[in-house]
Amino acid sequence: MARMTMIEAIRDAQDICMERDDKVVVFGQDVGYFGGVFRCTKGLQEKYGPQRCFDTPINESGIVGAAIGMGAYGLRPCVEIQFADYMYPAYDQIVSEAARLRHRSNKDFIAPLTIRMPTGGGIFGGQTHSQSPEALFAHVSGLKTVIPSNPYDAKGMLIASIEDDDPVIYLEPKRLYNGPFDGHHEAAITPWSKHELGEVPEGHYTVPLGSAAIRRAGSDVTVLAYGTMVHVALAAAEETGVDAEVIDLRSIVPLDLETIKASVEKTGRCVIVHEATRTCGFGAELAALVAHHCFYSLEAPMVRVTGYDTPYPHAHEWDYFPGPARVGKALLHVMETE
Amino acid sequence: MIGNKVFQLHVPEPQCRPGDTPDFSGFVVPEAGAAARPPVDVDAENIHNLAYDIIRVTDDEGRAVGPWAGSLTDEEALKGLRDMMTVRSFDARMLMAQRQGKTSFYMQALGEEAVSCAFQAALSPGDMNFPTYRQQGLLVTAGYPLETMMNQIYSNSADPLLGRQLPIMYSSKEKGFFSISGNLGTQFIQAVGWAMASAIAGDSKIAAGWIGDGATAESDFHSALVFASTFRAPVILNIVNNQWAISTFQGIARGKAATFASRGLGFGIPALRVDGNDFLAVHAVAKWAAERAHLGHGATLIEHVTYRAGPHSTSDDPSGYRPKTEAADWPLGDPLERLKKHLIAQGIWSEERHAQAQAEIDSDIIATQKRAEKNGTLHDGPHPSPKDMFDDVFANPPAHLIRQRQEAGI
Repeated sequence: MARMTMIEAIRDAQDICMERDDKVVVFGQDVGYFGGVFRCTKGLQEKYGPQRCFDTPINESGIVGAAIGMGAYGLRPCVEIQFADYMYPAYDQIVSEAARLRHRSNKDFIAPLTIRMPTGGGIFGGQTHSQSPEALFAHVSGLKTVIPSNPYDAKGMLIASIEDDDPVIYLEPKRLYNGPFDGHHEAAITPWSKHELGEVPEGHYTVPLGSAAIRRAGSDVTVLAYGTMVHVALAAAEETGVDAEVIDLRSIVPLDLETIKASVEKTGRCVIVHEATRTCGFGAELAALVAHHCFYSLEAPMVRVTGYDTPYPHAHEWDYFPGPARVGKALLHVMETE
Repeated sequence: MIGNKVFQLHVPEPQCRPGDTPDFSGFVVPEAGAAARPPVDVDAENIHNLAYDIIRVTDDEGRAVGPWAGSLTDEEALKGLRDMMTVRSFDARMLMAQRQGKTSFYMQALGEEAVSCAFQAALSPGDMNFPTYRQQGLLVTAGYPLETMMNQIYSNSADPLLGRQLPIMYSSKEKGFFSISGNLGTQFIQAVGWAMASAIAGDSKIAAGWIGDGATAESDFHSALVFASTFRAPVILNIVNNQWAISTFQGIARGKAATFASRGLGFGIPALRVDGNDFLAVHAVAKWAAERAHLGHGATLIEHVTYRAGPHSTSDDPSGYRPKTEAADWPLGDPLERLKKHLIAQGIWSEERHAQAQAEIDSDIIATQKRAEKNGTLHDGPHPSPKDMFDDVFANPPAHLIRQRQEAGI
């Protein structure tokens, strides 16, 4: 076991996959010599050479399009889009090509890609360094979309993603890169070395895609969250005293519906939390699924705590970000609702 | 104060519209055999002129002339003619099948047969094309079964793509024909990625990207050029300039301002312009570019100058936007007629043999069509199972897809 940050865990996962399989290649903007603007690919070019880890032109469609061609050849590209906010030029390649290649060619060609993207806010990133576009991927048939919340999962899920034969959108909450963040921005930052999920096994292991994790068992209300919001929800439960069961979905497609159902059937209440904007966000899908599958167990209307339906602001970071106060209020509200 | 102009938006217009007499007087047809054939390791900057010229081999008398002549044996040239005749006959039958309601949609390659048939003949087994929907000649030349193509067009019980894809969106890894997508331009950069992978893997296979004149305006055209250039990918980037993007003449894609080939020059990619209706020229240029890629000198851009003689698709009526006789007046003629004339001039073909071959091809295609129709047509006969639509979305169906399949009662 070693103590790692999320950055180190992500780097380690790529290192292990490159070591084990010559077909794994890593590329994107600034990921080569420099090791990535967040250091997630540090040292990989030095270790594996520029044939396996290299810088690309600033062209997201080119990065993903080239990766699809490589996948069709038989490689396993793990590529980086510098910020999820900049994935839009690649969207045609992701949606029209990577997601559909296996289906439209009847397995003649596949796209075993992993597309890494730092996501989420809480860093004064403003409009184009804070977005959470997961719903735009979850809506697309043929894509897997995953979002780890800690170093242990980050490594195990990234290895699982690279080894997966389907295209995986791997969203990295950048606010969690160096330490867990519960939304208390005024407090000192805790590093991952002081957190139990900063314990990361050495070598190869996987966290299966499509499996949720219960981070806090509880009996009052089920909280469905992923990424940074997992830590916010845990803080909100402690601060309100509501005995919330906090589920870290980890993967939104495929979704671990069984874990969600079992929890809501037990608690009878459900709060859904995400950073992304509300309307047609992934929370809407979660609410629809819970309503359909757990209708007779529900004792109160579900509540969504999300980013507002506005572009992500700069000066109003902490008004926008769904922090522990907003989540806590929702927990208390569903407990009071009959 | 400087006298400012009152602006007026410039919107390019083709020279001729319906009712006009076709006018290609501004189109300069260079003499066959006049263009130089540079060494394959040439730098782009030393062959700028070839991006503005048109490399031609077959002259008006059907003779193969100049430094680009001689890339094919007689047998290969005869096969080329047969491949082109097959494509044209296949297109004619499938057009009719669409009119008869046996399928929903078809796209001919009428007049462009030389581009794909000659090009494929210059590739080696294992090389991979990333075609558009108008390179059926690649499949025909590579020997992909016509019956399988028809099964795909009919979306029938023997459709290799299980009824999932629109007609003509073929896929054959085995024959080096990447799965066709409806989204334009996307495959151009994927071809570059495939070629990069071949280089990463230390392989010796090359890729070929395909795009039309209109689709060069898509951003992925630019992505492909920059990646191909940066990583010196073993790829041939083909632009098929057939003058028309549905109803839009190539000037809207800026083809009027400069040649499409010249766009490679800004990226340092050697760019050649070839007579797309000259089978011998297309083959020679393709072979040159393939050799260049195989020897590690990187990408080549080829603009195939041709004319879309047929409608854009079975859903299109060109008489709404261009003169009816424009195809007949196209200065580079008909690729079949030109190769036929060459082979006759060579003394290895004749009108009689041609007529006999045409009859054989037509009757083979009719027989093939009958066999394919036994597997069903779009609205008649056996079909793929609706269950097939739920498979292969992912490698293994996740729970939500299994639930949806069950909801559908399948």
